[in-house]
Amino acid sequence: MKFFFKIFLFITIFFLSPYTLNAAEKVEYLKTDWSFKGLFGKFDRGALQRGYQVYTEVCSSCHSMKYLSYRNLSQKGGPEFTEEQAKAIAASFEVKDGPNADGEMFTRPGKLSDKFVMPYDNVKAAQAANGGAYPPDMSVLAKARGGGVDYIYSLLQGYEEPPAGVTLDDGVYYNKYMYGNKIKMSNQLSDGLVEYGDGTNATVEQMSKDVTTFLMWAAEPHLESRHQMGFKAIVYLIILTILVYFSMKRIWSRIKTEV
Amino acid sequence: MSDHEYIPKSKFGKWFNDRLPLLSLANHLTDYPTPKNLNYWWTFGGILTFCLITQIVTGLVLAMHYIAHADMAFESVEHIMRDVNYGWLIRYIHANGASMFFLAVYIHIFRSLFYGSYKSPREIIWIIGIIIYLLMMAAAFMGYVLPWGQMSFWGATVITNLFSAIPLVGEGIVTWLWGGYSVDNPTLTRFFTLHYLIPFLILGLVVLHIWALHVPGNNNPVGIDIKKPSKDTVPFHPYIVIKDGFALLMFLIVFAFFVFYTPNILGHADNYIEADPLVTPAHIVPEWYLLPFYAILRSVPDKLLGVIAMLSAILILAALPWLDTSKIRSAVFRPLYKQFYWILVADVLILGYVGAMPAEGLYLLIARVATAYYFLHFLVVLPVLGFKEKTLPVPLSITEPILGGSPNLVAAKNDERLKE
Repeated sequence: MKFFFKIFLFITIFFLSPYTLNAAEKVEYLKTDWSFKGLFGKFDRGALQRGYQVYTEVCSSCHSMKYLSYRNLSQKGGPEFTEEQAKAIAASFEVKDGPNADGEMFTRPGKLSDKFVMPYDNVKAAQAANGGAYPPDMSVLAKARGGGVDYIYSLLQGYEEPPAGVTLDDGVYYNKYMYGNKIKMSNQLSDGLVEYGDGTNATVEQMSKDVTTFLMWAAEPHLESRHQMGFKAIVYLIILTILVYFSMKRIWSRIKTEV
Repeated sequence: MSDHEYIPKSKFGKWFNDRLPLLSLANHLTDYPTPKNLNYWWTFGGILTFCLITQIVTGLVLAMHYIAHADMAFESVEHIMRDVNYGWLIRYIHANGASMFFLAVYIHIFRSLFYGSYKSPREIIWIIGIIIYLLMMAAAFMGYVLPWGQMSFWGATVITNLFSAIPLVGEGIVTWLWGGYSVDNPTLTRFFTLHYLIPFLILGLVVLHIWALHVPGNNNPVGIDIKKPSKDTVPFHPYIVIKDGFALLMFLIVFAFFVFYTPNILGHADNYIEADPLVTPAHIVPEWYLLPFYAILRSVPDKLLGVIAMLSAILILAALPWLDTSKIRSAVFRPLYKQFYWILVADVLILGYVGAMPAEGLYLLIARVATAYYFLHFLVVLPVLGFKEKTLPVPLSITEPILGGSPNLVAAKNDERLKE
């Protein structure tokens, strides 16, 4: 058994090394307590709803979220708006549909089954409106950046005056967390920019946290059930392993060999 | 191989077995005499079989929902993650399963290296194993291309471009592989086809691998030939089955932790960005299990020689039974080889580390030294060691070191590799 644990330890260390390696080479990001981290991590419902508000009122004018549908907003493990609320949200958007029987395209109010309405018709249009830079789609953004949520959270608060010697072109801004420090998105958040319905004080920090939580959910809509199932699966496996261990001991006791 | 001829008890069983001896086969597999001193490093064969089956089953389900088209592949993966019932679970098992598969195969290979399992009469098992390993790398590489993220696309571009190093026909071959003038939809569809095919080739080779194993029987930590069946052996069922099962469960706990709690840690964030032929990622890195070979590739300044070095690094393993001139199998009785073995392990880990780092400055230097040492180990150290090394006396049977009477009793007792 001692021998076995050596193997087990080896595997664990082997796979934990990327954590430490990654940690060593990155900039120190701003830290906050994410409710969805950890063995039992869940999303903070209020943060998700507020985050959706920040996304719609601020981000969505440039950033699409093409893999999400309005029905997702009322799904379990998400912001959990009521179905009526989600329907109302969907209906507040104009969706292009068609062609109808006359071959004409038309617009109608959004339905739950519609995907989030895109701010631009295509990538070229998005680039043309943003000085050549394409605002990335936000559906999986939280998983598509090295530092994940910490990176996005920091980036939103990382705007500052460029240090002496750094010259910025027109439409380029300085952000201390951005790769290469130059970013084409200007600082978007300012205190009190949105008015939260639940009375939460809309500081830059608060909004950054809320919208980042929302992005994490958008990227991993099944995170909560994953954590729940994972805990059950691992407990089950541990119990089964213990039972099998004693069965093994019993079977091998017939032979004069240690197992 | 059991000595006695197996005769089914029932009349139907006998009738059937005379026509297709499946029951004889099942009887052979359960009775198969296995050395009783196999330690836990030997459980990875069973774990690997489990990994292969898991990959095939999850892969099958994924293929029902995945769309192999450059414009739709990324979206279809997101569809699996969001809208397919438990699609996220299936995909995360499949993606992390590849890593677990490679982890297990590396342990399996290094176990073989330590205990000399590749030596006569097991050369064919070993060579089949190397072919399986090569196919695994091909399958894993092509599988990583399928989600059509940035790393998929650029990884495919870098690796297929290696063929352009072949003199004269190189460029033509690359165009032929791509099915066009760049990595695009034809590349994706053929990769998908091959990714679906290769696991079944592996499955067939695994059958041959096990068949070839059952001819001489398992090697063991002492590395001596044993009489089968004898008091040195136990029947495969229930002894080895339950032990393999226990080890598999421990392995599954680690597996489950990755799937449920850090499913993306072994992947690369850039692969959640849809492939864009116009934007090159800052660092193009392969999956962790290919890193040592990537380091060897990059440590040679010439492209063609680099490709040759990388391929040789794998193919040299096939020649191992003849490069290792020592008559003694187990490193337990080879004090010098044991030290060189651990240096090789460290060397490969170092290669893996520098493979993930940019190929410049100190990293490049380390990669070059480690590459040189890798080949030195196989081409110089192993052949010479067989003649120069003073090996320890080897016991005559497995039970002997336990029952006493061996001149090597103390050494055997103190070596915990022999205890289990």
